[in-house]
Amino acid sequence: MKQILILLLSLSISSSFAQEYFPTNTGVKSSKNKVYAFTNATIYVTPKQVVKKGTLLIKDGKVVAVGKSVSIPKEAQIINLDGKSIYPSFVDAYSTFGIEKPKKENSPGQKPQYDASRKGYYWNDHIRPDVDAFSEFKFDTKKAKELLASGFGVVNTHLEDGIMQGNGILVTLNPNSSDAYRILAKKSGNYLSFSKSVKSRQSYPTSRMGTMALLRQTYLDADWYANGNVKNTDLALEALNSNKNLSQIFNAGNYLDDLRADKIGDEFGIQYTIVGGGNEYERVNDIKATNATYILPVNFKKAYDVSNPFLANKISLSDMRAWNQEPSNPAILAKNKIPFSLTTYKLKNVKDFTTNLQKAIIYGLDKTTALEALTSVPASILKNDKIGNLKTGSYANFLITSGDIFDEKTTLYENWVQGDKNTINSMNIKDITGNYTFNINGLTYTMAITGEGAKQTAEIKKGEEKIKSKFSFADNWVNITLKDGDNFIRLTGQLNNKQLIGTVIDNNGNESQWTATYTSKIEDKKKDKKKENKAPEVVAVSFPNVGYGNATKPQKEIILIKNATVWTSENNEVLNNTDILIKDGKIAQIGTNLSSRGAKIIDGTEKYVTAGIIDEHSHIATSAVNESGHNSSAEVTIEDVVNPDDINIYRNIAGGVTSIQILHGSANPIGGRSAIIKLKWGENTDGMLYNNSPKFIKFALGENVKQSNWGDLNTVRFPQTRMGVEQVYIDYFQRAKEYDAQKKSGQPYRKDIELETLAEIINKERFISCHSYVQSEINMLMKVAEQFNFNINTFTHILEGYKVADKMKKHGVGGSTFSDWWAYKYEVNDAIPYNAAIMHNQGVTVAINSDDAEMSRRLNQEAAKLIKYGGLSEQEAWATVTINPAKLLHLNDRTGSIKVGKDADVVVWSGNPLSVYSKAEKTIIDGAIYFDIEKDLEKRKAIKAERAKLINMMLQEKIKGGKTQAPKKKTQKLFHCDTE
Amino acid sequence: MKIKHIYNILCFLFIGNIIAQQTPAPKQTEAYSIEGATAHLGNGEVIENSLIMFSDGKIKFVGSANMRIARMGTVINAKGKHVYPGFIAANTSLGLAEIDAVRATRDFDEVGSMLPHIRSIIAYNAESKVVETMRPNGVLMAQIAPRGGVISGTSSVVQLDAWNWEDAAIKTDDGIHMNWPQVFSRGRWWMGEDPGLKPNKNYQKSIDKLKEFFANAKSYLAGNKTPKNLPYEALQGVLNGSQRMFVHVSGEKGITDAVNICKELGVKNIVIVRGQEAEKVADLLKANNVPVILERAHRLPNGEDADYDRPFRAAKILTDAGILVGLGMEGDMERMSTRNLPFYAGTYAAYGLGKEKALQLITQNNAKILGVNDKIGTLEVGKDATLFISEGDALDMRTNILTAAFIQGRKISLESHQTKLWKRYSDKYKNQ
Repeated sequence: MKQILILLLSLSISSSFAQEYFPTNTGVKSSKNKVYAFTNATIYVTPKQVVKKGTLLIKDGKVVAVGKSVSIPKEAQIINLDGKSIYPSFVDAYSTFGIEKPKKENSPGQKPQYDASRKGYYWNDHIRPDVDAFSEFKFDTKKAKELLASGFGVVNTHLEDGIMQGNGILVTLNPNSSDAYRILAKKSGNYLSFSKSVKSRQSYPTSRMGTMALLRQTYLDADWYANGNVKNTDLALEALNSNKNLSQIFNAGNYLDDLRADKIGDEFGIQYTIVGGGNEYERVNDIKATNATYILPVNFKKAYDVSNPFLANKISLSDMRAWNQEPSNPAILAKNKIPFSLTTYKLKNVKDFTTNLQKAIIYGLDKTTALEALTSVPASILKNDKIGNLKTGSYANFLITSGDIFDEKTTLYENWVQGDKNTINSMNIKDITGNYTFNINGLTYTMAITGEGAKQTAEIKKGEEKIKSKFSFADNWVNITLKDGDNFIRLTGQLNNKQLIGTVIDNNGNESQWTATYTSKIEDKKKDKKKENKAPEVVAVSFPNVGYGNATKPQKEIILIKNATVWTSENNEVLNNTDILIKDGKIAQIGTNLSSRGAKIIDGTEKYVTAGIIDEHSHIATSAVNESGHNSSAEVTIEDVVNPDDINIYRNIAGGVTSIQILHGSANPIGGRSAIIKLKWGENTDGMLYNNSPKFIKFALGENVKQSNWGDLNTVRFPQTRMGVEQVYIDYFQRAKEYDAQKKSGQPYRKDIELETLAEIINKERFISCHSYVQSEINMLMKVAEQFNFNINTFTHILEGYKVADKMKKHGVGGSTFSDWWAYKYEVNDAIPYNAAIMHNQGVTVAINSDDAEMSRRLNQEAAKLIKYGGLSEQEAWATVTINPAKLLHLNDRTGSIKVGKDADVVVWSGNPLSVYSKAEKTIIDGAIYFDIEKDLEKRKAIKAERAKLINMMLQEKIKGGKTQAPKKKTQKLFHCDTE
Repeated sequence: MKIKHIYNILCFLFIGNIIAQQTPAPKQTEAYSIEGATAHLGNGEVIENSLIMFSDGKIKFVGSANMRIARMGTVINAKGKHVYPGFIAANTSLGLAEIDAVRATRDFDEVGSMLPHIRSIIAYNAESKVVETMRPNGVLMAQIAPRGGVISGTSSVVQLDAWNWEDAAIKTDDGIHMNWPQVFSRGRWWMGEDPGLKPNKNYQKSIDKLKEFFANAKSYLAGNKTPKNLPYEALQGVLNGSQRMFVHVSGEKGITDAVNICKELGVKNIVIVRGQEAEKVADLLKANNVPVILERAHRLPNGEDADYDRPFRAAKILTDAGILVGLGMEGDMERMSTRNLPFYAGTYAAYGLGKEKALQLITQNNAKILGVNDKIGTLEVGKDATLFISEGDALDMRTNILTAAFIQGRKISLESHQTKLWKRYSDKYKNQ
């Protein structure tokens, strides 16, 4: 039976949409008249070109003419659309329509895969620019109808899988046709994302920064390939090169990733169109600076169900804000003149598109921009001027509506695609709205019919008493069932000269005639509606947009700290009763009885003032830590993935920390490049990164890089022993040396980001901070470096540094260590808290670091332990968290001590900064106050108040019947060296 | 196989070699008088220029050095220094694991969920290298508790200078540790479930299982007890009040349920461990005499909106609410971090509690909560002479520098594997 049905279906399709030159065996050849004239309509030729009382003439699926005076040919069918509107059908530039997303295969118990599975393609399986959407496409009639009902006529669809996903195809949603006609462009748009292909288990890249590095290397290799430098065939690079001129559409997914994608594009002269995530409003200036066109989803969050206070407490203010602020994202982008289109992508249900679009309009999106976002903008993204407008020659893809398409009360009647009609709501349904009266068995009833089209409904009353009733209106017949007391009365009828006339059947089965007489028009309730449609209050965005964010970014001030005890971190110096003047972000003067007009005075009496703490080894404020897919990942950089919104930045400044090095983790012998930032809470990534930052890279030794504690499956990656680790280094440095020599020789060379980075090390332009534990490997790495004529800059952790402190001194390497961590794994068995003191006594520059988001906010206490363990003086101990890490980071000419001319990175402490009883009261960075213990109390109050406000708004939403979602607790991933 | 075997032997030999423990001090034969120090008694009192005398392992005198009284035995001049009762760490797993990442050394979590019969004391490694690093910081006693399961097992209180676990025991099988069922759970996102935090569907089921377990135990204990059931037997102590029930739980709802249901189950002495949000149910805790063993202060705030110093203020908040508060260890790197116990107290002191009250957390309060305050916890006549002398404030990293420590009157070594390496390598460089 099923087979027959399919057969019939295929027969009917082939017969009705057969191409002109195809033979026919199902009947005689017949052609359809495909000329239509739509008259008297308000026609949106483009969002800004509107013709009132105009005519749209279409023929064979294309617009032939449009305007006020169009001559209508005789063969045209004329459709009078008096009072109705015509819009171009919507275009969705980011779709997966008709192309199923592949499912990830579960492969428990398998060892990791490091090489690519595909042969003849690029070395990384997640680069799939060769995937052609056409070969994956299968028209999905059900989905097409859903999209048609939401106003879409054309979508650009693709296979959503991999980092480079291949090209898209431009398809109309015409279910009455075949792919032969529906596919408007076989190569339309080239798609990219930050997600790996689920079709491959290849490990690399495991991180966002690895993905970014991979994209860069791929572009470089494509260029190298295009110039004929590669002997083998690489179908992936060939496809990438041949699709270069298509629109490049990058699915980023949130504002931080939008910026990251754009950064890569800028480096290679590619302007991506960016699929955003809906939170672009948080840093709208940065978003504008990308110059990108955006594709925005409208999957606005549902309110959280906050009725259970235990659960409600777990939702963070930033998540509550997201619910409140997100619907204003399109409006804010529009106001900032950032071009964008809208997509149904990410919506669980396409039906929600219209509702959410209306919501965006209520939140301030103007209707012209909205229409552009659905027509002209996606058309221009896809470089196709025949869609998204109704100019002559364009596809006859258009919508017929009862009025303003963005009005909630408007009915979408028809969605024409390629000149074929798709009825969404019948246009021929009569308007029967009005107040009526009728009599049955001597009783008088009143009836108010409201609504539009098929959705017209009735409310029936007897006097003031509401009568239970069921009303339906279909095929222009009214059907009513009344329940008056215990009596059921059934009525049928049709409109006839403002009267409803028909048959009534009472409880006893008696039939008679009934007539409902029209008495008056339904009163317009528009005014009430308007009130409801007012956007609720949208709370202010802060920088960053989380609790404790700043309403405005802190500014440099002239600050005069009076009469404090100053630990300068210069030669163990302590200055009593001293004033410090801060101006233009620098330490301007140190002395007594200083004054400066207009300065903000901080009374330092009984307070201690120091340089800000510097953490040489941090993993906060980043979206990724390890790229563990290769044993060397010198090509990746943490600078790509800095997260300026991390609350741990605020917690760090509350502990007197002003600068940190965000290090790559220890998953591989050669890790990634560092980001060195100032903790300017509220700034964006660029505002935090040091200008002309010293260049660093993380290396690592020992158990982590040989995967000792990664489980029994991780036994295939080289190296698995310390012996292998040495060879990894020698191999890479040798290759880097040869690479550099070739580069300098002027001969053509394949640009390799990884080797470029390693060559920088050999050329003493980049410094190594190496995660290290036991003495043998520490010694080894120094010897490897010496073999290549450079020095290791810093050993970080360096828990057995005390065993080779003399060798370290001789080599000239510093040590950045924990105060007292040990016993968490085998290689830290001989870790001792006296390590720092012994290294210090041997003349090694020693810093105390954290590697931990909790410890980093009280590094002053960790430094104090050096007094207990090993007997350092207070000043020596203090240097290990200020000037010493500054030296190790090559920042000691800029920060790390209180010295005239240095950056004003200054902390005011309530007491001796090493004491467990002291608190950081003010943390100043570049002359601006970023943390103030008094302001912090105000922020707490503000958070409480704002939470209460948003919770009330969500409760309101729930009581109004809005959909809600279960509360979620934001769980922040806390990174350590060995975090995957 | 063969190679692995050899490897194990080698490993064993190697580990065997490097365990060079401090020799436990012999029984006190000589009396001591510590004179001139600032004595922090552990009960909130401070005596400047104090005199403390002890012999036969017990404290014989606590008072002012101005008293004209004969000094006993060896006189230690401690002018300018500070004397404290030995610190007590509650809820630790000291001696139950040596190196976190090495499975063979981990002995804190037994298979199964209802394990009141599991006893930590017999696995306690008195010769652990981690344990000996406690003493130079003033941590001289600890409760050794198992982890995992619903009922994890039975803990004991030990002193940290011993030949073996029998020697170490101050109070064997002091209490049973229970992990209260999770009130909220999140979906397993990796299985395609909504990752949102929601009420744990199995919460009631887990509680019902607990209730059933207790009901069965009670009927077993009321009957002729044959055949013998080890888990049920092990519950006798918490039902008759001779043992405490340490319920590990956080959150307003969880704590409330834990207290009410444990009472209903017939548990006499309840202690809440962890106890975040305990201040919200302070009245219930007070009414039922339930103390709280707080976590270490050095934690991140619970959630993005929480005050950055909220974990630092926890002890002050609970103490103000009238709750008896102690300090415990549980979580990441808990064993090696136990030596930082005084500094957690110091942090609580800095954030509102004040020094002497903060000191009480790890002395008198912990002793009371563990039920050993008749022997230890304060500098009072008749109690164990377990105490130490520090150059300065022992709650501050800068000044916690011990010059002498005594456990039950025995003058113990303040050396460790770590100080030995310190000296060995310092000497190496000196002699170069």
